[in-house]
Amino acid sequence: MTDSTGSRQTTATLQTAERALAAGVKPRKYGSWYVAEHRIRSMRSYFQTIIATSIGNPLVYLFALGVGLASLVDKSQVGQGVAGVGYLAFVAPALLATAAVTVAGEEATYPMMMGFKWNPIFYGMNAAPISGNQIVNGMTIAILARMLPTAVLYFVVMVLFGAVPSTLGIVSVFSAVLTGLAVALVIMSYTSRIEEDKGQMAMIMRFGILPMFLFSGTFFPLTQLPVYLQWIGWISPLWHGTELGRVLSYGMAEPTWLTVVHVAYLGALCFFGWKITQRVVTRRLNK
Amino acid sequence: MSAPVITANLLTKKYKEVAAVDGISFEVAPGESFGLLGPNGAGKSTTMRMVGAVSTRTSGDLSILGLDPNDHGPEVRSQLGVVPQQDNLDMELRVRDNLIVYGRYFGIPNKTAGKKADELLEFAQLSDRAKAKVDDLSGGMKRRLTIARSLMNEPRILLLDEPTTGLDPQARHILWDRLFRLKEQGTTLVLTTHYMDEAEQLCDRLVVVDKGTIMAEGAPAALIRQYSTREVVEVRFGSDRNAEVAERIRGIGERIEVLPDRILIYSENGEAELQKITEMGLEPITSLVRRSSLEDVFLRLTGRSLIE
Ligand SMILES: Nc1ncnc2c1ncn2[C@@H]1O[C@H](COP(=O)(O)OP(=O)(O)O)[C@@H](O)[C@H]1O
Ligand SMILES: [Mg+2]
Repeated sequence: MTDSTGSRQTTATLQTAERALAAGVKPRKYGSWYVAEHRIRSMRSYFQTIIATSIGNPLVYLFALGVGLASLVDKSQVGQGVAGVGYLAFVAPALLATAAVTVAGEEATYPMMMGFKWNPIFYGMNAAPISGNQIVNGMTIAILARMLPTAVLYFVVMVLFGAVPSTLGIVSVFSAVLTGLAVALVIMSYTSRIEEDKGQMAMIMRFGILPMFLFSGTFFPLTQLPVYLQWIGWISPLWHGTELGRVLSYGMAEPTWLTVVHVAYLGALCFFGWKITQRVVTRRLNK
Repeated sequence: MSAPVITANLLTKKYKEVAAVDGISFEVAPGESFGLLGPNGAGKSTTMRMVGAVSTRTSGDLSILGLDPNDHGPEVRSQLGVVPQQDNLDMELRVRDNLIVYGRYFGIPNKTAGKKADELLEFAQLSDRAKAKVDDLSGGMKRRLTIARSLMNEPRILLLDEPTTGLDPQARHILWDRLFRLKEQGTTLVLTTHYMDEAEQLCDRLVVVDKGTIMAEGAPAALIRQYSTREVVEVRFGSDRNAEVAERIRGIGERIEVLPDRILIYSENGEAELQKITEMGLEPITSLVRRSSLEDVFLRLTGRSLIE
């Protein structure tokens, strides 16, 4: 009698376990996409702002800097422009990369920080079959889902303004997104740790993003800066992304090894930012 | 008796050196409604997180539906419904969307998730709030929405961590009614609470936990029979006189507990004991004869009351 009960028990357990194993397949495979889907659904609530900024920004910037400032700069440089090219073409790749970085600054900060505490959706996801790594992947995919169209739109406006001399320029959309992604993942490796809001977001903008804009060879070549300030550019993902964009969009002359360094540097930031964020998030969920 | 859906053996969780859960063992049978009753800090939530396969145990064995959550976290979680102590609904989404995104986490197709969401909104009596912002819901409604959310994947086991804490009595009763329905439908419930009435209402069987260990286990009625008397007399003589009066009435009833604000006299016949007290010429400010509850069990076991 004990025997038959015993084997019946085992069968029941097996069925239950098998059912669980089957139900785990989809979440394990697609969990990251479910998280991205959730985030994109949330973005709908500020969809209009997203559209307005991603169309408005390139128009305003390219008009003011490109057309307004460019005529001044190009005149003073006696037709030479900056670094041997028209100012508009010079500044446009920087603006494109900056647009991607701006998306990173918005999407990698508050949404990441809120998810643990102020709107603790990460715990909900994790109570469902989603893992910490998948949460990070999903958040990243959602950022890309906003960043890529933003960059494409920006590029279209650049072309309309005649700011892209080379056909290879289309690839600068991807170098800009790579730059934005690197910045996003580095920011996330920090914002995922934040347990108390002590104004860290403002600090990131003030001491991270803003100096990066000013000292990354955005509006003038990095070499115009005093040497003791140029290091900011060398560590700045925006500088590497901008230079890469210039190589692509108007064939800026630079040694090949340096171009390789740009790509490798941005790739490394992405990789380490990603891995560190995954680690932080996984640990934080497992209390 | 079919195989247990949860088996915990010497389950332990330490934070640094402190054991939040200190070697507890229990089993939960399918369809059973099982409770962890204990005061704040007893280790209930920590236990629930381990059972919920989101928190790694420090030692001991744990099997959920025949799987070890250490190896099969996502698989185990695919079979659970979780109502955490702190709501974690997405405030940025509307009520119905909260259910849909949650359903998606289990790989439920969008269309099925939509249908299921409507069904569960009905069940949670929130159909008319489907498009509302989560922030605009009352505490009780949020709780019901969280329960609806936990049912999106038709879980084998529903984990409820203090489901009604912080709710007003009316909201609690609505919630209890919903949980009762689930229980009737055969859902396995595991719930924690520090409300003895909640434990008595909802649990077939429970463990009394304190400081990370199990003090007693059994059905509510059996625990009361075992650790308390049928009735209790509560008398108050004012906080400055209680201790003094307690000395004088020693010997009345089977057992006396002195709390700061009242004296409890345990007896099979409360009215008779109360009469003895008045015959001694003592006039309590208030007096009350009631049936024993799990609160009395806890007091007996730990010398403290459940709610401090
Ligand atoms: N993440 C944590 N880190 C450190 N200590 C914790 C953590 N979570 C809970 N504890 C401690 O473990 C004990 C049990 O907590 P908990 O499981 O939340 O109890 P309950 O849910 O019964 O109120 C408490 O003393 C609490 O302070
Ligand atoms: Mg708790």
